[in-house]
Amino acid sequence: MENILQQIGIENYIYLSTLLFCVGVFGVLFRRNAIVMFMSIEIMLNAVNLLLVAFSTYHQDAAGQVFVFFSMAVAAAEVAVGLAILVAIYRNLNNIDIDSLKKLKG
Amino acid sequence: METKLALLLLLAPFIGFLINVFAGKKLSGNLPGILGTVAVATSFAVTLSFFLQVSSSKEPVMIDLFEWMQLKNFKVNIAFQLDQLSLLWLMFVTGIGTLIHMYSISYMHDDENVHKFFAYLNLFVFFMITLVMGSNLLIMFIGWEGVGLCSYLLIGFWYKNHDYNDAAKKAFIMNRIGDLGFLIGIFILGYLFHSLDYTDIRTAIESGKHIDPTWASIAALCLFIGACGKSAQIPLYTWLPDAMAGPTPVSALIHAATMVTAGIFMITRLNYLFDLAPEVQNIIAIVGAVTSLIAASIGLVQNDIKKVLAYSTVSQLGLMFLALGLGAYQIAVFHVITHAFFKACLFLGSGSVIHAMHGEQDMRYMGGLRKVMKVTFITFLISTLAISGLPPFSGFFSKDEILMTAFHHNKPLWVIGSVASIMTAFYMFRLLYLTFYKDFRGTEEQKKHLHESPGLITFPLIVLATLALVGGAISLPGNSWLNEYLAPVIAKQSEHHHMGTTEYMLMGVAIIGAFIGIGLAYAKYIKQSSVPGQDSEITGFAKVLYNKFYVDEIYTALIVKPIYALGSFFKNVTEAAISGLIFGLGKLANVLGTEGKTLQNGSIGFYLFAFVLGICSIIVYIFLAK
Repeated sequence: MENILQQIGIENYIYLSTLLFCVGVFGVLFRRNAIVMFMSIEIMLNAVNLLLVAFSTYHQDAAGQVFVFFSMAVAAAEVAVGLAILVAIYRNLNNIDIDSLKKLKG
Repeated sequence: METKLALLLLLAPFIGFLINVFAGKKLSGNLPGILGTVAVATSFAVTLSFFLQVSSSKEPVMIDLFEWMQLKNFKVNIAFQLDQLSLLWLMFVTGIGTLIHMYSISYMHDDENVHKFFAYLNLFVFFMITLVMGSNLLIMFIGWEGVGLCSYLLIGFWYKNHDYNDAAKKAFIMNRIGDLGFLIGIFILGYLFHSLDYTDIRTAIESGKHIDPTWASIAALCLFIGACGKSAQIPLYTWLPDAMAGPTPVSALIHAATMVTAGIFMITRLNYLFDLAPEVQNIIAIVGAVTSLIAASIGLVQNDIKKVLAYSTVSQLGLMFLALGLGAYQIAVFHVITHAFFKACLFLGSGSVIHAMHGEQDMRYMGGLRKVMKVTFITFLISTLAISGLPPFSGFFSKDEILMTAFHHNKPLWVIGSVASIMTAFYMFRLLYLTFYKDFRGTEEQKKHLHESPGLITFPLIVLATLALVGGAISLPGNSWLNEYLAPVIAKQSEHHHMGTTEYMLMGVAIIGAFIGIGLAYAKYIKQSSVPGQDSEITGFAKVLYNKFYVDEIYTALIVKPIYALGSFFKNVTEAAISGLIFGLGKLANVLGTEGKTLQNGSIGFYLFAFVLGICSIIVYIFLAK
């Protein structure tokens, strides 16, 4: 079977996911809006998923792809919980700017 | 059947103890005392039946309950041995114990903790029976420690007085020193014989098995150190006079008649071992003689009625050790028995006096009591005559036998023993004259309340005085029932003193000596009517005696102070170093915490930043590490 990696080299996948990951990291670090931060986290997750899939194909090993399914399922659960928290925060503070969340200390 | 009876003998006082200690508070009036007395009386009745059985059959009753421990070729059983020696001991332990329990019902009547008193007293009898009945050294050791514990509890019975607590602690600690010796002795015997059973040890020795004489001597010496502690011999005797802090029945039972004779019991029990170590026997004889002399000389000038009796006890125990050291085990046992009678009677008599004087123990404030306390006086007089060694009282026979043996073996020891006996006669009659003769020297208030003690107190006195009077009959010179009775348990048969001129002369010397002592006391305290002066007026050698040769002070300076110094060294130097380290670590953690907590500032942005920074550094580290 013709391998997709012969058309587009593995290194391109690595660059892409690194880029996506960095976008996620900077998004988390520099945006104040909790929803945007949340999306950044999802970008990071997906960057990793992409890499996993790419290497799975590269190694001719389906385990990586199975792993990605789990990862996606967990991410879905996490999104549900995370969004619920955000809703709760919004109801209490009327905004979702994380700088207003100063109460998280002992 | 025998097993059940023996268990009843052993456990009756223990059951009494359990009831009194757990339910005693609810029992009213004299009930705890009656219960305690009945418990001990039960033991006495069983002992009596065993005693009659064994003295006619001459076969010891051996009771093997179960195996306690087994280590390769070394085995210890929970087993009891009721032979001639242990039954003799049990007879007077339980017999005198019953009388003293009875006495205590009246004596301790007003005490708020009377149930506790009887609980301890019963526990003591239980441990004493264990000590005597055991068929191996380990069981004896259990009893040995148990009686020490009870002695501690009872000396400090009036625990609200701080001095009494100190006296109790002193007794306990001094006993511990001896106990260590005893324990080491047991270990050595276990090593030598692979058994701690008396019968096994005896068989091994008598079958001529080769035993390293050095180790046998060391074992004997260690056991003797144990006996020194329990039986108040030099250098461990100072606890006994202080032990008088306990209630008087305790002094009579534990510190005169029974517990302090445990050392003599142990040595007699292992007489075949001590026969192997003549040099240790020499030490025992010398220690005994010197103790008897020193204690008697201290007793000459004491003013506390119980202190005089305490030093007298130490002195008499010294005489017993003298006999043991000379290999005359039967005679030592004989003196133990007669001493138990008359000394218990003397202590109980002094208790009766103290009772009448409302707690006053100083003889300088007594006097003239014979008019109001007839029974106490007469019984006291009989016992005093017995301890002074006048015929036909029991003390005469036993003391005379000891001195006679000493005369045949070692003349200097005989001289020391005789001098101690003269002193005994002197201080006992001094006590008698000061307490019962002349006029009353106490306050008017006390005089009004003087009375004879009730029947529960006088009855034991009468019984004991009778025994003190006739007790000598068990071993008359030339025709000794005791020697024959004890023959199976003692390996080396005692030599029979042929009653020749020398012996009668020695008897004469002893009697004259006693009369000299009595005469001196009479001249000083009746003719001159002198009364010992106040503490500050005592001078010269009398002051040294009055202060007990400053032995306590010397011990304090030589042992207690250096140990305190060592303790304060460890406290000030070592502990400071260790605690400095520990506290330093604590402070470090504290500082780290205080500084570290500012990191948690509540800003999520900062946390995330730290988070990413952390991941980045981990990645960098992983790559660099490669």
